[in-house]
Amino acid sequence: MKSIEIVCDNLSKIYSGKVIFKNLSLKLTTGNSISILGKNGSGKSTLIKILSGIISANKGSITVSEENIPVPANLCYSRIGLISPYLNLYDELTASENLRFFCGLRNDSEKVMDERIDYFLNRVRLFDKRNETVRNYSSGMKQKLKLIFAVINQPRILYMDEPSTNLDSEGIDIVYETAEEHKKNGILIVATNDKEDIKLCESSLNIEDYK
Amino acid sequence: MLLKNSYLVFKKDLSSELRTRYVINSLLMFVLVTISIIRFAIGDEKADNEILTGLLWIAVFFTSVSGLSRTFVKEEEKETSVALKLSTGSDSVILGKLIFNMVLTFSLNALILFLFVIITDYQIKNLPGFLIVLVFGNLGLVSASTIIAAIISKANSKGTLYPVLSFPVLLPLLITVINATKLASLGVETDKLFGEIQILISYFIVVTVASLMLFKYVWED
Amino acid sequence: MNKIFTSLVFLIISGVIVLGLALPIPNIPALGDKARVLYFHVPMSWISVLAFFMSMWYSIRYLKTKDHDYDIRSYSCAQLGFLFCILATATGSLWAKFSWGSFWNWDPRQTSIFILLLIYGAYFALRSAIDSEDQRAKLSSVYAIIAAVTVPFFVFIMPRIVESLHPDPIINTQGKINMDSSMLTVFISALTGFTMLYLWMLNLKIRVEKINYNKLSLND
Repeated sequence: MKSIEIVCDNLSKIYSGKVIFKNLSLKLTTGNSISILGKNGSGKSTLIKILSGIISANKGSITVSEENIPVPANLCYSRIGLISPYLNLYDELTASENLRFFCGLRNDSEKVMDERIDYFLNRVRLFDKRNETVRNYSSGMKQKLKLIFAVINQPRILYMDEPSTNLDSEGIDIVYETAEEHKKNGILIVATNDKEDIKLCESSLNIEDYK
Repeated sequence: MLLKNSYLVFKKDLSSELRTRYVINSLLMFVLVTISIIRFAIGDEKADNEILTGLLWIAVFFTSVSGLSRTFVKEEEKETSVALKLSTGSDSVILGKLIFNMVLTFSLNALILFLFVIITDYQIKNLPGFLIVLVFGNLGLVSASTIIAAIISKANSKGTLYPVLSFPVLLPLLITVINATKLASLGVETDKLFGEIQILISYFIVVTVASLMLFKYVWED
Repeated sequence: MNKIFTSLVFLIISGVIVLGLALPIPNIPALGDKARVLYFHVPMSWISVLAFFMSMWYSIRYLKTKDHDYDIRSYSCAQLGFLFCILATATGSLWAKFSWGSFWNWDPRQTSIFILLLIYGAYFALRSAIDSEDQRAKLSSVYAIIAAVTVPFFVFIMPRIVESLHPDPIINTQGKINMDSSMLTVFISALTGFTMLYLWMLNLKIRVEKINYNKLSLND
């Protein structure tokens, strides 16, 4: 598999005149994992949003490269997976409709898509409920479905924002298993305050050092 | 790729709409209420086509500004837009939503026109010409309303802001389309409406191209 | 430089006001002394359109560069444009009252300026409904551009709907200049003077807005 690298250079974010963080630099390559720490409201989620390209920073640059060749910004999305509280799937569609929709957008062939969806649904034990609308899911089940959404396209960089919220111990195990597996071939970035989550990562970054 | 993804976005919106009937049900009631108000406002008097065409377009305008914003507002309110952003480019999102709004508007306007003709005894002398004007008018109406829906989905007080922002942008279209449908209903031949139709088509093209170019700035946060 | 510019603006506009009221007006059918309004009304209308397209231009620049400076410029243009748009409407209505008999009669020209007022109003309503500065700048820029691409349609539409009774400002339909030389001089000076006044006000406005913006970012 191709090597992957993400480099952030002097990132700063100011929101409504308030400095969230400034001069944050970071470099991660295949196999690296990092946890982002900080109090509630300190800007962990903002950093994850900026790294994953959902919002832009005021200053600084982010480069994702594969085999040392920079990936164009519009293709970065196909390299990343994100699980976070501010990302929801469609309430009124069923689990399998949701997953089929998103896999279809990422241009998977029907056969690969079905196989992978079934595999992951089985793995998080949602297979029996795949044809129920997501509205009827408990918050833990929704979190498991979001985990599938994050990893189903085999991302190279996996962002996890509070991954173990709402999950029972079985669910948390599945998240950790997935994360461990992902670390072998990619980059893992976790924003959390949970002590167990932190153990997933080899290094950590406290966002409050960058105020 | 772009067309396929636009189609997927459209299909997703359509199937979730058919399942929840959130927009359709309230819009159907809205149409009924509006048409009833028109009926009671006119009473038993015989209104001429000049006034009736205006009333018809009031119904059409307010129906579209109360329904067409929903598709974008819902993505923001339910926080599903992030998942969509991670999965596809902005072009397929705007195209998909545009197609969805077109389907919605065309079916609603067919209903409005049907009810309007029944209730007010509206005579259309040149029906083919009238329908051609209506179709091209609706195309422009939808493309302008869709990009404005995308803008207001990120703002506060969405409901009141939508007609306020749409009206000035839609006014050139509305003036033309009201005039042309009035002429058609009075029996003016279709080839005499060619100038109006030309304006409607170029309005549609200009606004759609501008929307496609500008939407990416609206969509990224 | 700035001092020279402001004194020049002051001189020209004073000259226009005095000469515009004092100089004899050539005999223009149906207008007469009422034609004096054009020294004020035409520059106001011209500036409200100029400011509108300048605002659109800065909006495009903002979207391209994401430099807040351009948003401040775009917003300042819109604010001044709105002011001049109101003045143009007011001077126009006054004239209409004495020439056409009522302040407002939905003449195509009046409709056009009404739409311009509506667009400015909608633009400000949108800006006040967005909390985040970046979003506000971006979305209002997009709206300004969308509005600006639809405005030229009025040029084609208006003549089809109703015939205007509005006098042609400089050149009449036969292509002949209606004004005599003294009137033309005052008119051209008025255009120049008021445009310079607008640019001077714009410069001030941009500086004020920049101070406000920087104060806001320094607060925390």
